Amino acid sequence: MTEKHLSSQFDSDLNGVSSQLMEMGGLVETQIQRAIAALANFSTALAEEVVETEEKVDAMEVAIDRALTSVVARRQPAARDLRLLLAISKITTNLERTGDEAHKIAWRVKSIVASGEARKMPIGDLRVASDLAAGLIHRALDAFARLDVAAAMSILKEDDLIDCEFKGFTRKLVTYMMEDPRTISSSLDLLFIAKAVERIGDHAKNVAEFIIYIVNGTDVRHSSLTRIESLVR
Amino acid sequence: MDAAMNLPILAALPPNASGAAPFPPVKMSVRDLDFFYGEFQALKKINLDIPERRVTAFIGPSGCGKSTLLRTFNRMFELYPEQRAEGSILLDGEDLLTAKQDVALIRARIGMVFQKPTPFPMSIFDNVAFGVRLFESLSTIEMEERVEWALSKAALWDEVKDKLSQGGASLSGGQQQRLCIARGIAIRPELLLLDEPCSALDPISTARIEELIAELKKDYTLIIVTHNMQQAARVSDYTAYMYLGELIEFGETEQMFLKPARRETEDYITGRFG
Repeated sequence: MTEKHLSSQFDSDLNGVSSQLMEMGGLVETQIQRAIAALANFSTALAEEVVETEEKVDAMEVAIDRALTSVVARRQPAARDLRLLLAISKITTNLERTGDEAHKIAWRVKSIVASGEARKMPIGDLRVASDLAAGLIHRALDAFARLDVAAAMSILKEDDLIDCEFKGFTRKLVTYMMEDPRTISSSLDLLFIAKAVERIGDHAKNVAEFIIYIVNGTDVRHSSLTRIESLVR
Repeated sequence: MDAAMNLPILAALPPNASGAAPFPPVKMSVRDLDFFYGEFQALKKINLDIPERRVTAFIGPSGCGKSTLLRTFNRMFELYPEQRAEGSILLDGEDLLTAKQDVALIRARIGMVFQKPTPFPMSIFDNVAFGVRLFESLSTIEMEERVEWALSKAALWDEVKDKLSQGGASLSGGQQQRLCIARGIAIRPELLLLDEPCSALDPISTARIEELIAELKKDYTLIIVTHNMQQAARVSDYTAYMYLGELIEFGETEQMFLKPARRETEDYITGRFG
């Protein structure tokens, strides 16, 4: 079965916009990693770098949308080409929001550092969750590049782990705040960071759902994992 | 007649995941249709249900048999002795291919519009009235009303009402094609076959004819053969993809253009056909 279009220009348009998405994904990954490193080291400098990358990510979102509009207007894509372009548009939005979450983490890290309470805070558990979330985004982008449904499915399954970590961490923070009310302000910052990490996991999950849509043509959003498994099989 | 022959084919298929609407009443059923140009078999075991008061599009590469299939529906092929069809084509349950069917009456029930506009060498009025006179004896007033009705339906009336006695060939290509559509519907057929009706027309005339198709499906069952996939996507409710004389896939147009079931269909509509 032929994979290429009769029009090589069409292939190059689709590959171009996919590459732009991967580039944007790379930027967002860097943002997340820097945000995590800023948290681990309570580094204001790294947090600043995350904020600086934000503009680039936003500009890429706009550029990708412009490219998508052009392909749709000029090529009238159908079937899997249409699904690919629609999914890229949605994935772009998810990546931009992932970048926003990294930005939030960086901003909260700066707030904790400014409070002077940094050394007292229990960030060990949060690192586990944030590494998981960063890994999921990385794997989601990888699964997109290979249009790998099996990899997308495993991301959907693992997002639950982050949700569990988030709940556990929230409980722990409550204990901290009760024991030492002076940590409340920084604990709230950490709670927002934990929420941002949890959201990053959700965005990775959304990306995985769009990969399934591209390949199988099935819209699996808002479906239970069991249902998705039955639809994808 | 075999009872199974009356069942819509789609009823035998599992409901699709998108929760598609139930299949409309069937106007025409094609069953095990084979078609031969002499030794060459151009259609192979075609089974297809044409839904009533809907637009069905036939798509596929040149030589796939879509125009051949269309031409079997009004037995146009019988003009050529070496061509023959086997199987059955049921219009409201009646087999059109049996010898006892009067070809002239079939063509009164099934109108056809061709790729190139084919106005008769007569006035605009007579172009439309010609077919009607063959089948009905109308008074002058009734005939005038019928011609106006057909030309209005075909979205041509306003452009020609002051020059009905001029020759049909004096019109532009787009107008000529709409004149042919007016001629086709003037006899009030039940089914209208359109064989590449817009391929020789500019975008504005094409848009007019597509509007007309949408209007006509309120009263008629339409089948359109088109090479223009976007046109099929725009105007049809159901789409049939044919390749090498076989019906590869048939389904709701939206489904066919977003998530076709067969890989061959997807390759064709996305332009990967090599």
